[in-house]
Amino acid sequence: MTHEENQNLRQTPLTSWHRANGGRMVPFAGFEMPVQYEGVIAEHTAVRERVGLFDITHMGEIRVTGPGAEAWLDGLVTNRVVGGEIGKIVYTAMCKEDGGVLDDMLIYHLDDDDWLVVCNAANHDKIASRLLDLGASAEGVEVRDQTDQTALIAVQGPLATDLMGRTASLADCADAIAGLDFYTCLVARVAGNEWIVSRTGYTGERGYEIYIPNADAQPLWDELMAAGADLGVAPIGLAARDTLRFEMAYCLYGHELSEQITPLEAGIKWACRFKNRDFVGRDAMMAQKEAGVPRTLIGLAPEGRAIAREGAKVFAGDDEIGFVTSGTFCPSLKGPRALALVAADRADDELTVDVRGRRLPVARVPYPFLAPRVKGDPRAERTPKSE
Amino acid sequence: MVAEDRKYTQDHEWIQVADGVGTIGVTEYAAQELGDVVFLELPEAGSRVAKGDAIGTIETVKSVEDLFTPVSGEVAEINQAVLDAPETVNQEPMSGGWLVKISLSDPAELDGLLDAAAYAELIGG
Repeated sequence: MTHEENQNLRQTPLTSWHRANGGRMVPFAGFEMPVQYEGVIAEHTAVRERVGLFDITHMGEIRVTGPGAEAWLDGLVTNRVVGGEIGKIVYTAMCKEDGGVLDDMLIYHLDDDDWLVVCNAANHDKIASRLLDLGASAEGVEVRDQTDQTALIAVQGPLATDLMGRTASLADCADAIAGLDFYTCLVARVAGNEWIVSRTGYTGERGYEIYIPNADAQPLWDELMAAGADLGVAPIGLAARDTLRFEMAYCLYGHELSEQITPLEAGIKWACRFKNRDFVGRDAMMAQKEAGVPRTLIGLAPEGRAIAREGAKVFAGDDEIGFVTSGTFCPSLKGPRALALVAADRADDELTVDVRGRRLPVARVPYPFLAPRVKGDPRAERTPKSE
Repeated sequence: MVAEDRKYTQDHEWIQVADGVGTIGVTEYAAQELGDVVFLELPEAGSRVAKGDAIGTIETVKSVEDLFTPVSGEVAEINQAVLDAPETVNQEPMSGGWLVKISLSDPAELDGLLDAAAYAELIGG
């Protein structure tokens, strides 16, 4: 990376820590982020077996408030926002009129008339400007982009609750944190600042995500690293973040989801509620349901250990029927897997994947590739959490 | 810290020659840069290769790289142990993680390779 490119990249409050502690820094969605520290497999294993810390400050946080916020948000996304209790979090897609996905996101119900939209870093500008533009003409809705002021640390792994419980700055709400159900959150006041703590994550493990003002990020990170030393806590880079999410077959925007892919095709129908509500993209998706969803996302296990990577073409006989959306080595399974978007009517044929000019036989396998690790994970179980 | 008992390539491989047979692997630096190796493809013993040929692949979690041979000749042996345990390439790239042995058909090709000092300069620069 040249010095000039480097200057244009945004940093998080933890960038110097990553550099000083062996983080290999790469450009990602306009940020300079750590892709790995000790090594992807060691980091992956730390999260599956112990606990890991992720700096995911690059994610976008957009606050939506006001008496009109709930109904307005509900009309923009595929999942139901209206009627959720305070403290609930909804995973949803936001679509265009034609059903193509603009982004997938979490929507937090923080308080009466107070919502937080958490979107992908790569889509932040698109989603923030859409919400700001549409919000400007909506009755009783105020939209504020809080991304630049907000740092985000994820604590993920079977020992995550232990680690949170030992963290002095969270002591006042330790019991409440330990009692959080999956996909719920609480708002804490720490030295006068708003901290949002949620039982969420992108790994499949028990874990938390903590939204804090930038200035609180380094002290909290240091505290978590120190408190977790004897638990074997480790900093985790983007490479392991990807293998962890991939084993759970969580969608990654730009891979399983895009403006050219609908939620029905990407296997997140469970995050779409059609009954008694309207939202942008609903008509197109209903029409697609009626006509038959043309493509479907399937899991593949290649024969042997070669990896069928993103973009590799999938064949049924001599017919090209789709492409690999993500493919890598799964450290927990010690073998390769792939996700592929293919013609729905050929998905059960005998398939091969073109790997650098060779046709590699692949077996269709169910996903998630790793069994759900915690109860009530809607993204792993792919079932609606509630009606 | 670059070992002086062998020669190096611009592609971050090493070759150590004894009795007309060159043992080839990737350097410490390459192993570090590649990250965790999870799968290797190596040529069949007995196959003939020419200097510069891609004779195998090295797959990591993130990417796949070609393995080039710095010399021409016949593949004398491949390291079965690294096929079974690819992480050996990361753990012992300069010793137990060797990849192939090639019987040299033109030992003069070695003259074009980097010595330890030149390789040290390449990775230090």
